[in-house]
Amino acid sequence: MIPEFASNLLSFLPEWMQATTWYGVVALVLFVSIILMMAFLTLIERRVIGAIQARIGPNRVGFKGIGQPFADVIKLLVKEIIIPSNANKLLFVVAPLLALIPALCTWAVVPFAPNFTVADINAGLLYILALTSAGIYGVILAGWAANSKYAFLGAMRAAAQMVAYEIAMGFALVGVVMAAGSLNLGEIIEAQSGGHFSYFFWWLLPLFFVYFISGIAETNRAPFDVVEGESEIVAGFHVEYSGMAFAVFFVAEYVNMILISALTSIFFFGGWLSPFESWTWLPGWLRAPSFIWLFIKVWFFLFCFLWFRATFPRYRYDQIMRLGWKVFIPITLVWILVEGILWYYQVGPWAAA
Amino acid sequence: MPGIGKRMTLTSILFYAFSAVLVVAALGVITARNPVHAALFLVLAFVNSAVLWLLMEAEFLAIVLVLVYVGAVMVLFLFVVMMLDINVAQMREGFTRYAPLGIIVALLVVIEIASVVWVKRLGVDTTTAVPAAAPEGYSNTQALGELLYTHYLYPFELAAMLLLLAIIAAISLTMRKRRGFKQQDVAAQVAVRPQDRIRIVKMAPEKDA
Repeated sequence: MIPEFASNLLSFLPEWMQATTWYGVVALVLFVSIILMMAFLTLIERRVIGAIQARIGPNRVGFKGIGQPFADVIKLLVKEIIIPSNANKLLFVVAPLLALIPALCTWAVVPFAPNFTVADINAGLLYILALTSAGIYGVILAGWAANSKYAFLGAMRAAAQMVAYEIAMGFALVGVVMAAGSLNLGEIIEAQSGGHFSYFFWWLLPLFFVYFISGIAETNRAPFDVVEGESEIVAGFHVEYSGMAFAVFFVAEYVNMILISALTSIFFFGGWLSPFESWTWLPGWLRAPSFIWLFIKVWFFLFCFLWFRATFPRYRYDQIMRLGWKVFIPITLVWILVEGILWYYQVGPWAAA
Repeated sequence: MPGIGKRMTLTSILFYAFSAVLVVAALGVITARNPVHAALFLVLAFVNSAVLWLLMEAEFLAIVLVLVYVGAVMVLFLFVVMMLDINVAQMREGFTRYAPLGIIVALLVVIEIASVVWVKRLGVDTTTAVPAAAPEGYSNTQALGELLYTHYLYPFELAAMLLLLAIIAAISLTMRKRRGFKQQDVAAQVAVRPQDRIRIVKMAPEKDA
């Protein structure tokens, strides 16, 4: 259960408290590192988009703007939180938490390195699907509780969009489960071992595109950010939020972005596996699986998020719905059938299983 | 599961805590005046029953309950309920008139549930009824999948067809031709070429320079 050095370190505690303390510490470390990553992601986003748009971006606070996220946090902390007079106060305050908590809880089953997962459960993939779908409540309740037309319109759009893309996402993951033969994330990664040619990405290419694009739509990022749609509905579901309450939504969105990037690299790009595993002439440390590979892959997909935001114009709402229901779901269904046929005739990397 | 008698373990403490919240949430569903609050209480009840299933080591059922009911069904439910403009006073009208009927139905349901529990207890040694904990590495999901796709394949496919039929029926009931309904042909929009939309005209300047 808990590693040797931890049980030695915590030996002064009673038996049952050791595991609790250990997991508490692990969860806290994980939480802090994700929040830090999220904070720097906001800075990198502004710098990257600045570079793409041929401007500089924030570079005043600290070295090359490195203190910008902390300045933003302090600014948001000291701002007043305004609760609209006719709002449902309890739900208005609870909504941001309902958006953030599922986003953070999902990290429990994400494998960061070989043999390092906070909760290595069998049905890890189902757990992720269940929790990400529960994240919608924050958005819907924020829109409804604020008692504002624009917020409500944003919430309605969010609910419809997230339900639509969740189905495509789930179907894309059915393909991954078929290929790996397991719902456990660690086992899904191990099924892809053997160098970059055995990543599921090659055999499940359409599913990869469907999954990543649905992931962008699920997190309500550009070009699918009609939920916020400044030009039409001001700022969508969080128009009435200010200060820290708004910041919590912001954190949830960015944590979800990191999560989608991590999951994409786990499901389709071998997670912590080294891409050079099969190149036997390379030194051993380059071919060994480690956290660094996952980190690099995650940042690549995060860069894609920023790149798309700076490049594509916003989708029209009806076209988002059309893309989700009439394009992605049929693609995934066809590819699951193709995969089944491949499996039946023992073609592909998974044939040996 | 709750230890019988002596064993008051962490599991049984969790069981009673979540059961208490479940009962409160279930009461909230029927007593909340605001339909949105009632729907949210129902979500809370679902989450709590999922936790109870987790305590019974039925993790597949627990996760699927959250995935399907909390993540999809209740979202659509809230979606509809939020858009309704319900007059609570009007809804409460005739409460006393329908109350006797409601009480009879409630009593019937209570009797049915009680009888099911009673029948289950018949001939069962309740002192050892607590099932043994599953062995390490036992996958609930895998066991269910193996059973569903081999032994019960035929009923499973039948159920799937039934659901498909329900989807088609629901869609065909709501799909009606509406007058004056403008629809875009997206394929035609995508297939448009510049030549179809703009005409470049060469003409001499109208004024002399």
